[in-house]
Parts: sequence; structure tokens; C-alpha cells
Amino acid sequence: MTENRVDYLIAGASHAALAALEAIRMHDTAGSITVLTKEANLPYSPTVLPYVVSGRSAPETVALRRVDYFAQNNIDFLTGCALRRIDAKGKRAHFSDGEAIAYGKLLLATGAAPILPPIPGLRDVTFHVLRTLADATALRAALPQTHAAVVLGAGLIGMHAAENLAKTGAGVTIVETQPQVLPGYFDAAAARIIESAFTAKGIRLALGSKVERVAPGAEGCTLTLADGTSIQADLLLVATGVTPVLDYLQDTGVATERGILVDDSMRTNVADIYAAGDVAQARGFYDDKPVVGGILPDAVEQGRVAGMAMAGDPALAAYPGSVPLNTYAFFGQQALSVGSQSEGEVVFHDTDAYKHQYLKIVMKNNRLTGIFGINRPFDPGIMWQLILRRTDLTQVREQFIAEPRQTARQLMSRLWR
Amino acid sequence: MSAFSTIAFKPERCNGCNDCMSACAAVKGSSNRADSRIQIVAADNSFELAMCRQCGDPKCVSVCPSAALSKDAGSGVIAWDESKCVNCLLCTVGCAYGGIVHSAAVGHVVKCDTCSDDPACVKACDQSALSFITSARVYNEVGDLEDLFVPGLAACPGCNSELIMRHTLRRVGAETVLAIPAGCCAGMGSVGYNGTTGTKVPVFHSLLTNTASMLTGVKRQYKRQGREVTAMAMAGDGGASDVGFQSLSGAAERGEEILFICVDNEGYMNTGMQRSSCTPYGAWTTTTPVGEHGQGKSQDAKNMPLMMMMHNCAYVATASTGFMEDLYVKLDRAVEASKHGFAYLHIYSPCTTGWRFPARATTEVARMAVETNFVMLWDYSPASGLALTHPIDRPRPIAEYLKAHGKYRHLTREQVGHIDATITKNVAFIKRLAEAGPL
Repeated sequence: MTENRVDYLIAGASHAALAALEAIRMHDTAGSITVLTKEANLPYSPTVLPYVVSGRSAPETVALRRVDYFAQNNIDFLTGCALRRIDAKGKRAHFSDGEAIAYGKLLLATGAAPILPPIPGLRDVTFHVLRTLADATALRAALPQTHAAVVLGAGLIGMHAAENLAKTGAGVTIVETQPQVLPGYFDAAAARIIESAFTAKGIRLALGSKVERVAPGAEGCTLTLADGTSIQADLLLVATGVTPVLDYLQDTGVATERGILVDDSMRTNVADIYAAGDVAQARGFYDDKPVVGGILPDAVEQGRVAGMAMAGDPALAAYPGSVPLNTYAFFGQQALSVGSQSEGEVVFHDTDAYKHQYLKIVMKNNRLTGIFGINRPFDPGIMWQLILRRTDLTQVREQFIAEPRQTARQLMSRLWR
Repeated sequence: MSAFSTIAFKPERCNGCNDCMSACAAVKGSSNRADSRIQIVAADNSFELAMCRQCGDPKCVSVCPSAALSKDAGSGVIAWDESKCVNCLLCTVGCAYGGIVHSAAVGHVVKCDTCSDDPACVKACDQSALSFITSARVYNEVGDLEDLFVPGLAACPGCNSELIMRHTLRRVGAETVLAIPAGCCAGMGSVGYNGTTGTKVPVFHSLLTNTASMLTGVKRQYKRQGREVTAMAMAGDGGASDVGFQSLSGAAERGEEILFICVDNEGYMNTGMQRSSCTPYGAWTTTTPVGEHGQGKSQDAKNMPLMMMMHNCAYVATASTGFMEDLYVKLDRAVEASKHGFAYLHIYSPCTTGWRFPARATTEVARMAVETNFVMLWDYSPASGLALTHPIDRPRPIAEYLKAHGKYRHLTREQVGHIDATITKNVAFIKRLAEAGPL
């Protein structure tokens, strides 16, 4: 076992890890950094994977950093290397290849892995998940032989995958236990607009449906739903969500709930160990309860905060809290979800199912808490800022409701000056 | 890391004509202003902006899952790669300026690309609300040159003599002999204390009267030895226009190969703020006090740079630290001209102590002096004559400038009228010279 030591050890190499790297190097140009990823590839984003499946993105072009980036920034980049165990007292990390590195500061940005629902028979059939580049290329390779696909879960990954499967000409059924698609981001009225776009393309939606069991079939598998319906599938994609993988934390004393609990500087309860991104459970913006956000822009924000804190950057501002937000483009349409559906009162709600348009604005004490739109453009980045800053909209409330995009731009343009 | 050019917006000058939006849309192949990458938003009593800021630490790039956005290391522009974009719209979450938006017309996100450093919106703005700031080139070009002044200095807080000294020395380089008579440039530490100097080039502390004549001898001696050396003077307006004028005029008339820089802070500011012949009409100084018998200086300033122009120098220019890019062009030309003749650079230099404005306002005061036409930026060479380098077609009201410092606080309406009339006269005169071509 070699005796190596680095100032900063970063486990994981996606958005949170990369944002942390940038933040560290912004403040500390000399400190030694090692980044490790269990993957064989250059860093990439799990969010791009449905597009690798569809062929829109080639696996070789999705890298978030070029190979020379690490050398240029004096960063050691280890591929095919997973974190196995941490000796928190000795400040040493042990890897899957038997090596160990002593660290000054450790960032856990190892992400999440798919949840497999407890469906009887699932483990006896061949199915796909979509979390890694290897998953995506495997799924893409299966497309030509696919005629009837079933997607379990109507979250963002499931919906993206279903759309792209349908575009290859396969028959697609989405099975979702909730009565609507994308329940985390949109209400039932908005979801119906999205659902209608899917059904118009021939995708079958089995909403509010539970899979009772799965059994191997002639050309794949047979799913039996709770209502007795059975569906034949030659391709089964399980997209029922992800959860942080915490197995390497045994005996470290690092506090966890669903994810690794962190404070507003992304510090865990153990000295010099930080966590960020999908593996972390950080403070929610609205109620201060820790949440596993699992949102890309939030992972970037957490990574940046963690990097600044690790490097001791005095410019560090506390993490503002996790706000649920996402964008969703489907069949050439755009859906935006920024903030909370339930925090405050709905001050505007307009659904035009015929035009496929939808807009909902939620406020609390004349401050924006959420805004949701389908084919109604606004700037989600500006809305996010207005929410985080708790900008008082009393003076412009009516104007904001009538013209959210223009009014928010006015406000933000002034706030920046 | 390099510095970059940038599009600047002054909301107070915008009149909401939206010509910038039409111009941008047209460049992007549309007749619809909604397709413009710059969006002017009319508010109650102002105009606001939604546009890509080409951030130094761009969040749109950090949140892009497909590496379709990247900051160009050369231009600083955040570039969008159509072949990589997956249309996920996450960049619009990252941007807090409304600078990258989905365009229904083209079916993907769009953003400002500064038209390859030649922005159409800026060219379309006839209100000067939009400008393309290219002064980053100064930093990129001289950032690696050696700083030839010691780290510490003794100027008043907020004084721009440091800016002038460090930039000038970097530009002229180590093969320079510097002459500095009594004045702020000496007092800031250049001629040193206890036998050590503040500059890293040879410097001599000339008398107020003999700066140009001593430098003449130094330069001629180096020439005789066959060494190419820049002979440079940095004098205040007193040391140039009053007591130093005789030797300066002589050296200029003889065409000595000297670069003479006059740092004009409109008075003898380091010796207690006495008036000089460059002190403007109405200004308070300790020798033009405000009280029962006086209301500040009762004569107009003499136009020193115009007088130097009439010496038929190889090069004469006025400059301001509020316009560093302009100053740099002139510095380059002056250095070049001093190799074959007399070059004179007159730098307007606001004085926080003597003019009585807050130390943080130096650059803004310098800008206002130019933007009100209180001073004018021009240069002259025998071949091309006088040319305005930063013409101000719609000057800001002179009252704004006069209000910015304490030395004009006492002015009566009549005095302001006199200053206004003097400016009008000066502007007309300089413009006539500019139109006349080579003398």
C-alpha cells in the first residue's frame, strides 16, 4: 500500500465534484487535488443519458471536461476507482483497487444509484436502468430489437427515455404508481398537458398503476398490473428514482438520513469531510428540513459551496437552501418548474389544454415561492433568484401576475445594479 | 487569465427606442424584436436590460449537462455548440440575467455572441446607452510587463498618479531616464527618501525651472554614447505651465527627443493647493479663496496643450485616466514620436485632496470632466493635425461636474454661466482646429 497524501480528495466526478474543483482552484492554485470516479470515462452528466440513448448525443462528445483539463489545473484524475472505506480518524480513504490516500479535506460527491422497486420477479428478468454511460449505451444497443417497451416510473428520466424510445418506432408503455406524470414538479392540470402530448404520439400511460409481478416471457417479460392487466415487454426500463449510495460510510460516524447530512457549508458532522450533490442531504429552502434534492443546478451550487469551504475562501456565502426546480422539454414543447407547489397560495392559475399552455404562480406574503409553466416562457434563473432573495413583490404584484417574464427581468436588472 | 471586451449598458441614457433590438434581430436573421439577443424592458421610469453578461464564472456553463456551452478563453464569449446541445433548457435555470432563452422561432436556446467583437446593438444605439468596452486589451497587453515602481507609495488615497506612474513606466520600459520636478509626482515617492528611489529606473529630481533643459542634456549625452534611452519628464501643471514653461518651451521649439508628461491637477496641490495658470475659472484654491473679497479664481485657465501644439511638436495629446484605452493609444504614439522629436502628453488628473471629492470618486470625476466637455480628448501630429479622439456630441450638463467636487461649491449662477460659455467657446475652437486638418 503506497503512502500518498493530497490536500483535497474528491470522490465523484460529475457536476458537484467539478463545481467544487473550480471553486478550490479559484482560491487555492497550489494545493494538491485528486479526483476519483468509479467510471471508466471522463466526467459526464447523468442528465445527458437519455440523449445518448436517442443518439442525439454521442458518448464521445458528452464529456464535461477535456482530458487535458486535469493536467492543466494540476489535478490527479483517477478513473475506474471507487471509494470503498473511509478511516475518518486517520483521514485516509481506501479505494476499490486496494490503494489508499491520506487527505486534508474529503468531498463526497458520489451521486446516487437507481432504486429498484420491490416487485416480485423483477430480479428474474432482464431489465435496464439509466444512470451511467454504460447503461445508456446498453439501452441504445437494445433499441433496434425493441418493439414493445415498458418504462417503470414517470419521473424525468422515465419520461425522457419513453419519448426517445417512441421516436425509434417502438411501442411504449409508461407505468406509474402516482395518478399523474412528473408528480414532483407539476400539478395534475399541468401533467395532463404533458400526458396528452405523449398519448398523441401513441405512448400508453398506465397511471395510478402498480406492477404486481414480473415474469420472464417469450421475448422479454410479462408485467402484471394490480388491476389484472398484463403487458408484454421486450424491453423493460426501471426508472423509479434514485437514492444516495452510502455503503462506504460504515464506521465513519458520518451522520446520514436518506443522504449525507450537511450544514450550509456542505460540511458533514465529521471533521474535514464534506458532501455535495445527489448524495447529500442539505437544508431545504422553505422549511429548513434537510432534503435530498437530486437537481442538477442544486448540485452545482452545493459543489461550489463545498469547494469554497474546503479551500477556506473568505468569499463563501452560506448555501441558500434547496429549491426544487427543473426544466423539461418534450416533443418540442417546454415545461418549467421553479419552486414549491404548496408553499404559499396560488395567485394565478391558467390552463389552456387546447393550446397546450399552462401557467401557475404561487406567492407567500407577496413573495414568489413558485412558478410553473408549459409553453409560457419566463426566465427560470431569474425566478430562482427572486425566490432565494425573498424579493418583496407588493409594489408590482399585479404587474408580475400579468407579465411575469418582463416584470421579473425589470426587477432583476435593477437588483443587479 | 485574460481580460475581455464587454458590452456596457447605461440605463440612464436609454430612451427605449429599441433600435438595438431591431439591429440584433436583423443580424440574427429576423425582423421580430422578440428574437433579439438583447432585450430592453420598459419599466415605470427607466429601461432595464436582459442580456448575456458573458460571466467570468458562468453558471449556464456549469449546469449544462452536454458540454454545449463553454467560455472561449480568447474572446471571453460564452459559445453555444449546436451539435452538442440537447435542448434541455437547464442553462436558462443557471442564468440570473435572462441572457440565454429558448427561442420558439429557431427551436433552441439563443444568446448574445457579441457579433464576433463587433456588436450590432452598440452600433445601432445613437444614445450612447450601449457601448463596447475594449479597454481589456490594455490589461492583456501590459499585464505581463514589468512594474517599474516599488510596491508602496506616498500619494493621497484615491490619487490617480499611481495609475499614471505605473502604467507609463511599464509601457516605456527599463531603458528610461526620468526627470521629476517638485510636485505630486515627486511627492508620491518617485524620487524617494533617504537616498532610495521609488522608481526602478534612474530618476532625477530636477528644479521646477529646468526639467526640460536638464533632460535635454541627459538625452544628448546618451545619444552621443550610442544608447537608445527614453528621456521622460513627469511634471505637474505648475512645473510645466508656470515656472517650468521657459525650459519646456525651449526644448519643444528645438525639437529635443523627449517625452514630457504633464500631470494636470489644476494647481500646486502637494504644497498646499495654490492656484496655477491651469487652475480653471471659479475654482477655490488657498490662493484664490472664497470669502468677502473673492469667489475663487477670477481668470480662465490657459490652454496648455494648445500652446504646446503651436510649438510644432512631433506629437501633442490630451488624455484622462477615466479613458485608459485612449490614454494608452496616445502613450504609444508619444513614445514613438519622442524617438525623433518632442512629444507632449497632457493628462487631466482629478485631485481628491485639492478638489475636495471622495477618494473613491477619482475615476468618475475624470470621466465626467470629459463627458461634460470640461476637458477634451484630442491628439495632434504635424502630418495629421488635431483630431478629437473621444468626441462628446451630447455632453452631460456642466452642473453635474461642478457639483461633484467641493472646490466649486460656492459658485454663483453667473460664474456657472461663465464656465458654460467658456466651454462652448473652447469646444467650438477645438472643433474648428479639428476640421482644419494639418496646420
